[in-house]
Amino acid sequence: MALALAVGVAALALLPLGYIAWYTADLGWEGVRELVLRPRVGELLWNTTRLVLGTVIGCAVLGVGAAWLVERSSVPARRVWHVLLVAPLAVPAFVNSYAWISLLPGLDTYAGALLVVTLSYFPFVYLPVAAAFRGLDPALEETARGLGLSSWAVFRRVQLPQLRVALLGGGLLVALHLLAEFGALQMLRYPTFTTAIYDQYRATFNGPGATMLAGVLVLLCLGLLLAEIRLRGRRGYARTARGAARPVRPVDLRGLTAPALLALATLVGLALVVPLASLGYWMTGGRSAAVDWAALSTTTGTTLALAAAAAAVTTAMALPTGWLAVRARGRISTLLERSTYLGSSVPGIVVALALVTLSIRATPWLYQTVPVLLAAYAILFLPRAVVTVRSAVEQFPPLYDDVAASLGSSAPDRLRRVTVPLLAPGIGAGAALVFLAVVTELTATLLLAPTGTTTLATAFWSASSALDYGSAAPYAVVMVLLSAPATVLLSRDARRGLTP
Amino acid sequence: MSMSRRTVVGLATSSALLGALAGCGGSGAAGEGETLTVYSAQHESLVRTMLEGFTEGTGIELEFRDANDSELANQIVQEGEASPADVFLTENSPAIDVVDDAGLLAPLDEATLEQVDEAFRPASGDWVGFAARSTALIYNPAEIAEDELPASMLDLADPAWEGRVAIAAGGADFQAIVSAVLALEGEDATREWLTGLARNAEIYSSNTAIMKAVDEGEVPVGITYHYYWFRDQAQDGLVGDDAELHYFRNQDPGAFVSVSGAGVLASSDQKDDAQRLVEWLTGPEAQERLAGSSALEYAVGVGVASADALPPLADLQAPAVDPGSLDAPLVTELMQEAGLL
Repeated sequence: MALALAVGVAALALLPLGYIAWYTADLGWEGVRELVLRPRVGELLWNTTRLVLGTVIGCAVLGVGAAWLVERSSVPARRVWHVLLVAPLAVPAFVNSYAWISLLPGLDTYAGALLVVTLSYFPFVYLPVAAAFRGLDPALEETARGLGLSSWAVFRRVQLPQLRVALLGGGLLVALHLLAEFGALQMLRYPTFTTAIYDQYRATFNGPGATMLAGVLVLLCLGLLLAEIRLRGRRGYARTARGAARPVRPVDLRGLTAPALLALATLVGLALVVPLASLGYWMTGGRSAAVDWAALSTTTGTTLALAAAAAAVTTAMALPTGWLAVRARGRISTLLERSTYLGSSVPGIVVALALVTLSIRATPWLYQTVPVLLAAYAILFLPRAVVTVRSAVEQFPPLYDDVAASLGSSAPDRLRRVTVPLLAPGIGAGAALVFLAVVTELTATLLLAPTGTTTLATAFWSASSALDYGSAAPYAVVMVLLSAPATVLLSRDARRGLTP
Repeated sequence: MSMSRRTVVGLATSSALLGALAGCGGSGAAGEGETLTVYSAQHESLVRTMLEGFTEGTGIELEFRDANDSELANQIVQEGEASPADVFLTENSPAIDVVDDAGLLAPLDEATLEQVDEAFRPASGDWVGFAARSTALIYNPAEIAEDELPASMLDLADPAWEGRVAIAAGGADFQAIVSAVLALEGEDATREWLTGLARNAEIYSSNTAIMKAVDEGEVPVGITYHYYWFRDQAQDGLVGDDAELHYFRNQDPGAFVSVSGAGVLASSDQKDDAQRLVEWLTGPEAQERLAGSSALEYAVGVGVASADALPPLADLQAPAVDPGSLDAPLVTELMQEAGLL
C-alpha cells in the first residue's frame, strides 16, 4: 500500500522531466538542432554560467568567512550576528532585487545581478558551513597548530577539507536556486535560461522554443547534481575517537575585531538593511496611492489558503516515501526518495510549462484549476517534507508500535495513539517549510494560477513590472513578515537544512 | 525543535482547515450561469474603465484572465474547443489574428462592426477594434537633438545606433510593430532589420521601463507606443519628465497604428452574452469613457473624438496596414532567428 503510494508520488515528481524528454524525442533531431544550436542559446548559456559561477564563489567566500567569524572567532555578539546572517532568507530574491533596482536603476548589469543574487543566497552556504564548524573536533586543529601551522594554514589544510560537504551542499543549493531564479533576474534585465523561457512562453505559450530552452535548463540542473555527487567523494569526516569533543576556544581577533565587525555590519547592511529600508521607503515615502487594504487582505487570504492546502497535500504525499525510506530500507525505497529530489531540482518555470501542456491535453477538466497548481507546488517542494518526515520516522523506533500491539491495541488504534502523535512534530515541520515556500512562490504561480486567482507574489509581480513600486511594496512586506518566523526557526537550529 | 513543536503542529492543523477553502476558491473554468470568462491582454485599468456599468446594465458577471497577447492567443489555440474563454480582448491585433486564423472566432454582429471605423477592423469581420495606439520614438533631448533622430524607424538597424536604442523585445507591443514592418517591407527586409536591432538594441522588459531608461539618459532613444509618455505627462511627468516623443509620420513602418481587438470565441456556450460585451465595448458609451479616461489610447468608435491631449490620429500619417493580416508566428520565428527571443 505504502509502496504503491510512494511509486505514485515519485511518478508525479518525475512528470515534468518525463514530459521534456518525451517532447524532445517527439520533436526529432532536426527540430532540436534548429531550436537549440543557435546563437541566442549560446548567449544564454554564457550568461547563466558566468552568473552561477560568480554567485557560487561569492556566496562561498561570504558564507565561509561569516561562519568562521561567528563560530570560531572572538567577535562580539556572535548569537546576534548569527540571526542577522540568516535573516536575509526572509526576503525573497525577487523582492531583494526590486528593493535594489528601485533605488539604483543602474544595477541592470552583470555586476548588479551578481551583487543582488549573492546577497540573497549567501545564507544557503553560511547555514550549513556554520553548522559544520560547530561539529568540527577542535582536537584536530590544536594538533595541527601544535605541529607548527599558522591559523591560516590550519584553516586551509585542516578546517576547509572538513567543511567540504557543507560547502558543496550549500554551493549546489545556490546554483540550483539561481538556475531556477526568474523574478530577481527579470527585474535586473539579466537574461538567463529561465527568463528566456518566460519570454518565449509569453510569445508562444507552450511553443517548441520554450520547451527546448527548458530542456537545456534541465540538463544544466542534472549536470550540477552529478558534479556535486562526484566532488563530494566518499571520504568520511565523522569524529571516531571516544569521549566528547572539547568546546572550541575562539581565535582571539585582537586588533582585527573592528575590521571584522565592520565586515559583518557591511554584509548585514547590504543583505538585510537595504531591502528593508527600500521597502519602508516605498511603503511610506513613495509616490504611491494609499494601500488598497481590501485587495491586500483578499490576496493574503488566497495565498495563505493555497499555501495551507499545498502544505497539507505535499506532507501527505511525503508520508509514504519518508516512511519507506526508513522502514523498508533498500534500493527501491532509496530510488523513490531520490526521485522526489530529482523532480524538485527542475526549475519552477519548467514544471509549470509541463503541467500547463499536460493538463490541456490529457486532463482538460483539471486545466486552470487549483489541483494543478497544488501539484506543481508538491513537485517543487516535496523534498522539504520528505526530509522532515523521514527524520521523524528515524527517531521513532518500531519497538513502540510493537509494544502497543502486544498490549492489545488494534492497528487503527496504534496509528491514532502511537504513530501519528510521534510523527506529528516532523509532519508539522515539513508542512511549515512547504507552507512558507509556497507563500513566496512566483514563477509556477504566474503560469498556473486559475483565472481570477491572485497571490501575494503575482500581485507584487504585476505591480513591480509596471514599475509601480509603491503599489508593489505592501505585498512584499506581507511576504517578508510571513517568512520571518521560518527564518527564526532556521537560525535556532542550523543543523537542519533548508532543502536536502 | 521542541520549542517550536506547538507552533508547528498548530500550523499543520490550520493547514488542513484552510485546505478546504482553497479547494473551492478560484476555479472559474466551468461556465456556470451568467459569468463570462474574458481573456484580456489589454491594460487592466483601461478594460475595467470601459466596461464600467456593463454588469449593472446587463446582469452579466465578468471574470478576467489577464496576461500577455501572444500567451493568451496561443493558449486559446491550444485549448481549442475546450477553451474556458468566451471573449478575447487583445492589446494588439496580431494575437487575435492567430486565433482568427485558427478558425476559433465566431462572426460578430453586423451592428457591432458598424460601430467602428473600417480602418480598425479586419476584412473577415470576426473581430473588431476597440482602441488604437500609435508607434513613436521616445528620446531624451539632453542626449540627442531632435534633428539627429532617424528619418525612418528602419534606420535604427544601422551600425551608428549600436547600444543606443531601447526595445522591449519580449513584449507584445514591440512584436506587433515588427509584424507591421513584416507586412509593409517583406520578410527579407524584416530579417535584416531585426539582425541590426539585435546588435544595436538594449532590451528592456516593458515600455514603461524604456521610458524610464530614456528619461534617465541610460539610452538616448526607444521604440514605444505613444500613450506611455502621455499618461506619464498627465501625472506631471513622474517617470518621463526629461523625455520627449517623436513621430515618424510619412507612412513609415514606425508610424504604424496598432489596433486592440475584441472577439467572441466560437467555442463559447454564452455567445449572446459575449456578443453583448463586444457591442458594449465598441459602443459610444464605452468609447467616450475611453476618450475621457487617463488611458490616453485612441478611441475607434465612429464619430467619437479621442482625448484632447493627443494629436489627431489623422495627422500621424500612419501606413495602411490591414489589421487582420498580421503574422505573429512568422514574427516569433524571425525574432528567434535574430536572437531577440
